[in-house]
Amino acid sequence: MTMDDGETPILQVRGLRTYFETDLGVGKAVDDVSFTLRRGQIIGLVGESGSGKSVTGQSLIGLVDRPGRIVGGEILFKGRDMAKLAPEELRRLRGDRISIIFQDPMTTLNPVLSIGTQLIETVLAHYPSVTPQKARERARDMLGKMGIPNPEERLDAYPHQYSGGMRQRVAIAMALINDPECVIADEPTTALDVTIQSQIAHEVKDLCRNAGTALIWITHDLGLVAALADDICVMYAGRIVERGRVEDVLGKPLHPYTRGLMDAVPSRNKRGVRLSQIPGSMPPLLALPGGCAFHPRCWRADQSDCRVSPPEESPREDGGALRCHHPLEDSIVMAR
Amino acid sequence: MIAFVLQRLIQSIAIVIAMSIIVFVGVTVVGNPVDMLISPEVSQADRERIIRSFGLDLPIHQQYFVFALSVLRGEFGQSFVFGESAIKLIVQRMPATLELATTALLISIIIGLPLGVRAGLKPDSIASRLTMSFSILGFSLPTFWIGIMLMMLFAVVLGWLPATGRGPTVLFLGVEVSFLTWDGLRHLILPATTLALLKVSLVIRLARAGTLEVVHQDYIRTARAKGLKNDRIVFVHVLKNIMIPIVTIIGLEFGQLIAFSIVTETIFSWPGMGKLIVDSIRMLDRPIIVAYLMIIVVLITGINFIVDIIYAILDPRIRHEATK
Repeated sequence: MTMDDGETPILQVRGLRTYFETDLGVGKAVDDVSFTLRRGQIIGLVGESGSGKSVTGQSLIGLVDRPGRIVGGEILFKGRDMAKLAPEELRRLRGDRISIIFQDPMTTLNPVLSIGTQLIETVLAHYPSVTPQKARERARDMLGKMGIPNPEERLDAYPHQYSGGMRQRVAIAMALINDPECVIADEPTTALDVTIQSQIAHEVKDLCRNAGTALIWITHDLGLVAALADDICVMYAGRIVERGRVEDVLGKPLHPYTRGLMDAVPSRNKRGVRLSQIPGSMPPLLALPGGCAFHPRCWRADQSDCRVSPPEESPREDGGALRCHHPLEDSIVMAR
Repeated sequence: MIAFVLQRLIQSIAIVIAMSIIVFVGVTVVGNPVDMLISPEVSQADRERIIRSFGLDLPIHQQYFVFALSVLRGEFGQSFVFGESAIKLIVQRMPATLELATTALLISIIIGLPLGVRAGLKPDSIASRLTMSFSILGFSLPTFWIGIMLMMLFAVVLGWLPATGRGPTVLFLGVEVSFLTWDGLRHLILPATTLALLKVSLVIRLARAGTLEVVHQDYIRTARAKGLKNDRIVFVHVLKNIMIPIVTIIGLEFGQLIAFSIVTETIFSWPGMGKLIVDSIRMLDRPIIVAYLMIIVVLITGINFIVDIIYAILDPRIRHEATK
């Protein structure tokens, strides 16, 4: 958690915009997103379904599904703009220096290729001079590190012979096999049993900490972010509405949306108290309300500013930032 | 894997036995060869002698038993018409049919698979649209018409290729083949192309549909996220998944090509089994019909057996399902 301000960040995202241009209109899935990821840092990217957090992750690695397209902004990976790289240069980075873990382990592995083949090809795609035996040893060690018993034998097994949790371990091993400098974890534990969720999350955290790998953890689980991440970015309707260090933002949320998310999390302190919820739901991308996109659901929204002008990013006192016309001033959070 | 192969082998044998009963009974019921073969003027005594000599006086289950025993010995009796061994007559013509069918199948895979996969990878490109239009044409035009048109163009008008016959053959591994000589190859091109056209269209459509589906699967996105080269994604990750349905259909179609290339063989006077069987059905030449049907049954069962094994090689889930 050291702040090496002198060195270049692993990833600097500036004004990223990813739009889905359809016949029905333009869906602004990611709209002016900026953040910085330092070496070895862990950022939690939080939001409801449809907030654009997954599309942000896909944009970073250049894998946005059609008709989505990065229409603006910069993704500086160690100073090089990934959004402007030639396909071949992007391919060389992907799976080697920057990799991604997807959500559903049941569908992310190829059913007709053995686990070993799928791990080994990841090494060989980037290091063709490595012998297949060496790549196989590397694959076996990675499986072992991910806590898969009998890794040597399990290399020859196929995805259908693995359980969901084990498959996700394989997918994580695949993402980490080339010692990347940055890993994007797109809700990798959401599809798993609760008991395995935090286990896997902490294993990934430890692996990244030990290897100095930066990590972007995309999730809707605030509890998980509190336990894993250094920084947090809260997304709503394609924008980061509040960001900062985890303890700062969750300790003193200034954006009503962040506060609403926190209040919706069950906890021991709130036993017997009715859980509050944010009224309404995330608006569809093609019909975002004008002004602040959150205003129809916000109890602090006024009739003028919030409906008309989208709030600009303003700094928080502790170094974070937020987008809100009427931030929560009081610091009494849990008492609500 | 061995258990799987054995299991499929036993199934195949059971199918052949069941089919032999159906073939035998079917052919026996269809028409009385006695009426066809023996002239009405023959005396009753001679008539019965002839019937006995063919074994046609026995009850049907005994006839089947005699038939099954002789089939196991590889004997299907003498052709009523030619007076020669039925199996020998068919085996003589089989290489020509097999060569034609195999060539047509190879053409359809070599042309159809790349075109179909390409059309699936880039469904909006002009080349893909042209490919799909061509495949509709291939589906809708009747084979005999294509055959005649190709013959008109390349044999009659342009004179580049011979219109009929098989050309010179050479002995290859004990089988008469024509693809090893230049002239034989020229004779093969037109009938094989005619026969392949429908199959090319079929393979194109299967490959395109498979590719369209597979490229949107999560595991293809994973493959791209891993930074694999495009060639590896297409030739390993996509192809291995789409081959499963294609192999199944190609296997069935190969059986069809062998058994029912009659029209093409007739148009191009290709000396295969097709023409022989048409004549034999007209004459109710039972030994030849039975021998032919049995050979086709064994061939198609054999093809399906091989398809099942390829299927298991391609898809580990089937392999493990079967050995459980």
